[in-house]
Amino acid sequence: MGVSGAVGPLLAVAAADPVPWARSQMAFTLAFHIILVPLGVSWAFMTLIANYRALKHDDHDALLLAQRWSKYMAVTFAVGAVTGTVLSFEFGLLWPRFMGRWGEAFGVPFAFEGIFFFTEAIFVAVYLFGWRRLRPWAHFWTGVPIAVAGVFGAISVVAANAWMNAPSGFTLDSQGNVVDVDPWGVIFNKAMPLQAAHMVVAAYLVGGFLIASVYAAGMLRGRTDRYHRLGFIIPFTVAAIMTPVQMAVGDTLARWVYNEQPTKFAAIELVPKTSSDVPETLLGHLNSDGTAVVGGIPIPGLASWLSDPSTGKSTVVQGLDAVPADDRPTDSEANVVHLAWDVMVGLGTLLFLIAVWYAASWIFRRRMPASRWFLRVAACCGVLAVVTMEAGWVVTEVGRQPWIVYNHMRVEDAATGNSGVWITFVAVFVLYAALGVTTIVVLRGMSKRFRRRGGFVDHDVPYGPSDDSQTSTVEPVS
Amino acid sequence: MSTLIAVVLLLAVAAYAVFGGADFGAGFWDLTAGGPDKGEAPRQLIERSIGPVWEGNHVWLIFIFVVTWTAFPEAYESIWLTMFVPLTLAALGIVFRGASFAFRKSVVTLRFRRIYGGGFAISSVIVPFCFGAIVGGIASGQVPAGGEAGDPVDSWLNLTSVVTGVLAIAVAAYLAAVYLVWNARGAGDTTMVEYFRRRALATAVATGVISVVGLIVMHSKAPHVFDGLTSRALPFVVLSVLCGVGALVLLARDAARGARVLAVLAVASIIVAWGVAQWPYLLPESLTVDDAAAPAGTLNALVVAVVLAVLIVGPGFVLLYTLAQRQLLPEEGVEDVGDRPLENPAG
Repeated sequence: MGVSGAVGPLLAVAAADPVPWARSQMAFTLAFHIILVPLGVSWAFMTLIANYRALKHDDHDALLLAQRWSKYMAVTFAVGAVTGTVLSFEFGLLWPRFMGRWGEAFGVPFAFEGIFFFTEAIFVAVYLFGWRRLRPWAHFWTGVPIAVAGVFGAISVVAANAWMNAPSGFTLDSQGNVVDVDPWGVIFNKAMPLQAAHMVVAAYLVGGFLIASVYAAGMLRGRTDRYHRLGFIIPFTVAAIMTPVQMAVGDTLARWVYNEQPTKFAAIELVPKTSSDVPETLLGHLNSDGTAVVGGIPIPGLASWLSDPSTGKSTVVQGLDAVPADDRPTDSEANVVHLAWDVMVGLGTLLFLIAVWYAASWIFRRRMPASRWFLRVAACCGVLAVVTMEAGWVVTEVGRQPWIVYNHMRVEDAATGNSGVWITFVAVFVLYAALGVTTIVVLRGMSKRFRRRGGFVDHDVPYGPSDDSQTSTVEPVS
Repeated sequence: MSTLIAVVLLLAVAAYAVFGGADFGAGFWDLTAGGPDKGEAPRQLIERSIGPVWEGNHVWLIFIFVVTWTAFPEAYESIWLTMFVPLTLAALGIVFRGASFAFRKSVVTLRFRRIYGGGFAISSVIVPFCFGAIVGGIASGQVPAGGEAGDPVDSWLNLTSVVTGVLAIAVAAYLAAVYLVWNARGAGDTTMVEYFRRRALATAVATGVISVVGLIVMHSKAPHVFDGLTSRALPFVVLSVLCGVGALVLLARDAARGARVLAVLAVASIIVAWGVAQWPYLLPESLTVDDAAAPAGTLNALVVAVVLAVLIVGPGFVLLYTLAQRQLLPEEGVEDVGDRPLENPAG
């Protein structure tokens, strides 16, 4: 009784304001969905590499890898389709006023995203079920649209998010209603090219590290056969190549934010007051009244220098104080943005160094690093890459606060008035926890059964390998 | 232009009702198939029948959302502000259903299979009810325009909504039963052909009765739509009745293929009839299609997107269906011809 007596009023207070719950639910479901995105975008590409190798060099290990990957891919694609569907519900459930006012502009990229998603879904199905029913090269080509559609689908969604950062392509009347829309201007908003590039490269990077980490863990457990090595090398190489590319794209994007979203940049670099010779502070946070940075390791002048190398330390960086407190992230949000930024850059750099280690071994020894330490590190790369990506996403989303449409609409004006959002948040949380656990259990179960049987049978529904008792054809493995 | 988009939207709703409806209906038959032993045969047929394309059908739903929020943002806002309860239930149901279906084959123990199987089946009934109830609520003017929320409960739990919700469940079950007759015939399973034929006939009659009840209710509760159904939309109503009766006759004569086509037409034309009956309103008697429409630039972009979808997705669909038709994809319960050991892949 005592507990419920205390919880009751607490819930009543919490339930009164749907905005924090709506934000939490959106953040949670996006954070979940964004883990599946890299797999949907890049796994097909890696599967096609294996498939190509299998066909070109009559490589049985590569073939087995491609076949199994196509099945895992289908599971993660299906889970991603489900969580993506939820997101499309949430636009209406959580942000009806945002959609009502901006749908005619914000919605445009989604119209095109739909095409790509449709295409991807169809070809995932064709590729998955076509293994033994299509001629090998024809089958290979049915996989190519998956990879292409994945990239363009991601670009379309990011275009919508970029539009929230740099809204353009519309005309407002005196009441602030959208009266004219230039769809081209919406899709190709100023933030779109770099943000989209950053996400697509991230998808390849995270997807590659994530898949490779599973095989690294397998090799640590003694499964060092050629099949596992190949399963590691293909995705890890893709990811390793993407790390320096991502650093270049990210650096350019940061400079874009410096120029176009100075408030977000001030939060990123934790700059309370506009000045030149701004230090790059590693970690640290704002003090209680938000006027100075406490803690952390300042590197003198580096933030200024990085913002515009041509003017060096004398580059002026706009501080948080340049905009009224109501129109910028709160101090705690700024701290979150800064911490997330440090995590992203720090882990990104770490992943780059690991990639250098890997590349050096290939260049000098003509093989991947042989030490167990490398495998241990590589086995962690998947999780590290996911954390890096999540941190980057926190930077761009929290850094935009309090705006849902930058300088046009506040988050609290966009949200639903439904005070029951906390209930859906709890329901979604439980459902997603179960979904996440089950996905992993199912993938692991598939892996175990694949290993036990050694072959590849694909006539069972929906995607998983079935029990031995149900299968009649077992493919011999070399 | 807004009319064109409204037509596209209506066709998408019809497509979702036909394709998605059959999926949900299969879940209904799964739910009512009885215990593990008794329900074994129908459940296996159901599982085989909706395997490869299950996730494809929700794309219609997402398409409907995207078109609505892009082309008719004000209507979208109003519907979601009012109907958030059934929409939330539908969302949770879809996640639960999709996940259950995908996973129940992958979990090995009977207990978990039962949990997932049950989740799949129950959400298969809840989701169509919610969508049907929303349609009923919209038709009977429960969704106010202009960014105000209607009553969160009465808007979808009133007499009209409940009837349309139940109708949606019946339609889904009917479609699924007709499809499953065809699938069972393909698999040469005469017991199951008879099993689902009886159910198809029963649900066909039930659907007809509920439709008549719905019309009577709408006469007083949704007069605008009732007037529309009995005037400008009458041809579609007649078409639907004719197709429905025709499907019944073919089912009775055991002509599964023709019955399937007519059943699809019957359901699609009742959706089209609803849309035509509402005309010119998106939200009857408070918001017209024209008033709700987005600026011309947006509508043009949407038309381009739809044309591109037809051009790009169309061939993909044709490919998928061709493969299915030639039984190159495992479908319809047919023994899989592709399932032979792999020869040299490069050869």
